[in-house]
Amino acid sequence: MLAALPMSVEPATVKRVAGLARIAITDAEAEKLAPELGNILGWIEQLGEVDTQGVEPMTAVIPNHLRLRDDAVTDGDVRDKVLANAPQGEHGFFTVPKVIE
Amino acid sequence: MTESTYRIRGATGDWEVVIGLEVHAQVTSNAKLFSGAATAFGAEPNTQVSLVDAAMPGMLPTPNRECIRQAVRTGMAIDAVINKWSRFDRKNYFYADLPQGYQISQLYHPLVGEGSITVVLDEKNPDSPTKTIGVERIHVEQDAGKLMHDQHPTRSYVDLNRSGVALMEIVSRPDMRSPVEAGAYLSKLRTILRYVGSCDGNMDQGSMRADVNVSVRRPGEELGTRTETKNVNSVRFVMAAIEYEANRQVAVLEDGGRIVQETRLFDPDKGVTRSMRSKEDAHDYRYFPDPDLLPLELDDAFLDECRASLPELPDAKRRRYEGELGLSAYNAAVLTAEVETARWFEALLAECGSDVPAKSAANWLISDLYGALNRLGKGIVDSPVSPSQGAELLKLVADGTLSGTLSKQVFEIMLETGQGANAIVEERGLKQTSDTGAIEAVIAEVMEKNADKVADYRGGKDKLFGFFVGQTMKAMGGKANPGVVNDLLKKALG
Amino acid sequence: MSNLTDLGVAAIRDGVRAGTFSARDVADAFITAVAAAKPLNAFLVETPDHALAAAKVADDARAAGETLRPLAGVPIGMKDLFCTQGVETTAASGILKGFVPQYESTVSGNLWNAGAGMLGKLNLDQFAMGSSNETSAFGNVISPWRRPNDTAPMAPGGSSGGSSAAIAARLCPAATGTDTGGSIRQPAAFVGITGIKPTYGRCSRYGVVAFASSLDQAGPMARDVRDCAIMLEAMAGFDPKDSTSLDLPVPAWEAGLNASMAGKRVGIPKEYRVDGMPPEIEALWQQGIDWLKDAGAEIVEVSLPHTKYALPAYYIIAPAEASSNLARYDGVRFGQRVLPDGAGLQDMYAATRAAGFGDEVKRRIMIGTYVLSAGFYDAYYTQAQKVRTLIARDFEKAWEQCDVLLTPTAPSAAFALGEKSADPIAMYLNDVFTVPSSLAGLPAMSVPGGVDKDGLPLGLQIIGRPLDEQGVLNAGLAIEQRAGFVARADKWW
Ligand SMILES: [Mg+2]
Ligand SMILES: [Zn+2]
Repeated sequence: MLAALPMSVEPATVKRVAGLARIAITDAEAEKLAPELGNILGWIEQLGEVDTQGVEPMTAVIPNHLRLRDDAVTDGDVRDKVLANAPQGEHGFFTVPKVIE
Repeated sequence: MTESTYRIRGATGDWEVVIGLEVHAQVTSNAKLFSGAATAFGAEPNTQVSLVDAAMPGMLPTPNRECIRQAVRTGMAIDAVINKWSRFDRKNYFYADLPQGYQISQLYHPLVGEGSITVVLDEKNPDSPTKTIGVERIHVEQDAGKLMHDQHPTRSYVDLNRSGVALMEIVSRPDMRSPVEAGAYLSKLRTILRYVGSCDGNMDQGSMRADVNVSVRRPGEELGTRTETKNVNSVRFVMAAIEYEANRQVAVLEDGGRIVQETRLFDPDKGVTRSMRSKEDAHDYRYFPDPDLLPLELDDAFLDECRASLPELPDAKRRRYEGELGLSAYNAAVLTAEVETARWFEALLAECGSDVPAKSAANWLISDLYGALNRLGKGIVDSPVSPSQGAELLKLVADGTLSGTLSKQVFEIMLETGQGANAIVEERGLKQTSDTGAIEAVIAEVMEKNADKVADYRGGKDKLFGFFVGQTMKAMGGKANPGVVNDLLKKALG
Repeated sequence: MSNLTDLGVAAIRDGVRAGTFSARDVADAFITAVAAAKPLNAFLVETPDHALAAAKVADDARAAGETLRPLAGVPIGMKDLFCTQGVETTAASGILKGFVPQYESTVSGNLWNAGAGMLGKLNLDQFAMGSSNETSAFGNVISPWRRPNDTAPMAPGGSSGGSSAAIAARLCPAATGTDTGGSIRQPAAFVGITGIKPTYGRCSRYGVVAFASSLDQAGPMARDVRDCAIMLEAMAGFDPKDSTSLDLPVPAWEAGLNASMAGKRVGIPKEYRVDGMPPEIEALWQQGIDWLKDAGAEIVEVSLPHTKYALPAYYIIAPAEASSNLARYDGVRFGQRVLPDGAGLQDMYAATRAAGFGDEVKRRIMIGTYVLSAGFYDAYYTQAQKVRTLIARDFEKAWEQCDVLLTPTAPSAAFALGEKSADPIAMYLNDVFTVPSSLAGLPAMSVPGGVDKDGLPLGLQIIGRPLDEQGVLNAGLAIEQRAGFVARADKWW
């Protein structure tokens, strides 16, 4: 029904994309994922067939306007709620491994 | 408009510097761009954070009208194209100060398009050339949170109070050619923002900071590779960073090296820029329209209100001060450079009414009031003397009640006591006198004591006239009307 | 009182109002059923106290002679994609294990305000990504249905598979679902219940764990059309906290129910007659056409020429949005953190996300990251959004010829767990009939129409004009009355 045009995706590309997405993967996982992603990408490539000249990309499925809210302080001052689920924190801060800038 | 002649003199010849600035200016608003949390400076960590700002699962952004309005007004103030249709995009990257894992910004369709800012290259010199710097765009985006690295040996602390505060990113064209031009642009931009009221311009609190793009080239040649020095937070530092960076690039190029397009940091203590260690993928931000937000469509009523609410802007004000008020170019420049000064000056004029010439008011403000404020280490908004008190003093000068010398004396007392000029004059009898009898008596006394000088004067030493004026005024305690003294002296000396 | 769990939403509501039974009795009956149905793995968290508290409010109100709220005495199941204050919410992902929201989603809040109580949080495909409920970090949901003489566990559909299984097994009379590309309709079809995805923007997305923001819509799942109408009325409504929420009043859908199709035109999109469609599906579709004709409708053939491109467009747009929406799961502010020895911040992110996300979630994040990455954005994402415009236009043209569309809900009946999990594309094809209306933001519903040769339920889908949930519900009702679907799974758990 839907043509699957296999597209070749290199394991190195998989690793680069995983890096961008901040998902640690091993070389073996990259090897395994490469053809899988290649298949999916090959399958979605068929969109290229569609003539979309002069067609605007969809912005809102149902005609609707962006509402703007008033400039009033209606939120915040909920530090306990903000920090309630923190895996690690102290003195009212979240904490992370030290970042060297 | 003149071509800059600023050059870096290298060992192999002259180099031209090309500068563009991306200025992040915090929009003046009570609440954040996409949440109802407060924006005030200096709160306890994570107390001005909503669940939206902390990017809790399922939280959604709702835009603040005032932030949009202020960005539009800013665009109008620099004669920019206002895009009635714009969109928010997501800029995706991972960092601990960015809770969503993306910044909501505008890449493809910014709110404000092309505009420009005209700068005077030397404010002190009325004949200084001006230059128009192009502004490519202004877009609205979220600020990030803050990381603190010095609180713990192995951890960084995350404070999200700033997370989601509205910023305008004001992107210039690479139109500047010297540190002075960049400094003038940044100062002028700050002035405009403060006039408009869209940003408080507090650079030391981080309300305004500049990313400085610098490249060098042989005059007339193609653009060189640029570096971007991030988050420089004063006019002086921007100029220093450019100076350093341009010289560094010239040194690299003359050494046969190449400039790497990279992000750098300015170290204000050492006055140098240094490379930030950057990952190779750091620039793949995967921008795409934020699907949580619809396109931003502005109607004419909104734009009309934005335009109608704009104050008189510094360039127009300056022209008016020179033309309508007849002020010198220098005075007009000084009085319009800061919105508070102009505001104060105009309040003073209003209080003076038609009794005091604008020129006198301007001179008094720039010499006497500024002198006093400098001495006290105060800004004009904290002036111990109000515009109406200043006008009261100036009116006494204008109607001849006070001489220049007396007015200075009265002003000092006003500063010390907070009393009004009229009360001081009454209480201390500081009114200048035109009582000819009293003055004549003093003149007679002065002439008697200085008979030799009277003889010299009459023998042709005209310059001594001033001496007699001085002695008479001194003997009168400064209260004699100088005009009357002059007349009577001339008569007495013959 | 026997078999209170056989009652639907309307029957429970009416019975409590009339005093035929107490809300407490109803809550007890369902709480007991839930506790006894562990083998289905439909519930991730059970919240009997919540259901009992709501029942007490209903019973007290009745005793005091007060007017009862619309869902007073009705206990429901909550898909675990909705954040519920004080109740663990994980979206069936390991990365959110232990996350207790300090806030309530608008939709769940609306339901509590309407008097409903919560029996528990329902399992789902992890982050709502899946069509079979095999991607939950907390185990598969097992459908109450089985093939004859076969104990192989069957898929309840996905991603709202906990919801579909729980309703079909009579563990709750109704549940919430969310639908991004078919996640309400396909599982409803797989277990023989009814589910409606309203127009995009009808139900607030505030507090719903996001998958793909431009597609995600909450909706009810229940045993019949009337129950869906009642539930949807409670769930829907304008919410200023969601910028995409529609600022429109909620129609009285239940009161507006009308099974007559007289004067209505029903469109049959020819492109949905896909190759390899099982004859039973084909036959059911024809049956549906006949039922609607019988209800007075005029049948017209319509064309939706870009149908075949809907799935690939969806599999660009949804993963792209998801890759960004799921960036917030980084182990800093909530959820699980994995910090290998000596790891820096970025290593912590990568380790946390590698350990916390399941394979399908990772796969979609990777696809989404790829299609948005430098150089590919226009070719993939922009092109997909343009195709989406064309798909929406196809529907607009169709509305010139008809009032609703009738299609099968899914290309097959339920399959056994594991049958399709090796081939992602084969799995994605499950959504072939549901995705186009999702891309166009249209209201669409699945109603049970019959069973296949194995006695497994099959669903018919009705797609309506924007905001015409009433037209969809009414066509559904016309089918429901004629289908007389009464099949139910034998209790084996
Ligand atoms: Mg920038
Ligand atoms: Zn920026």
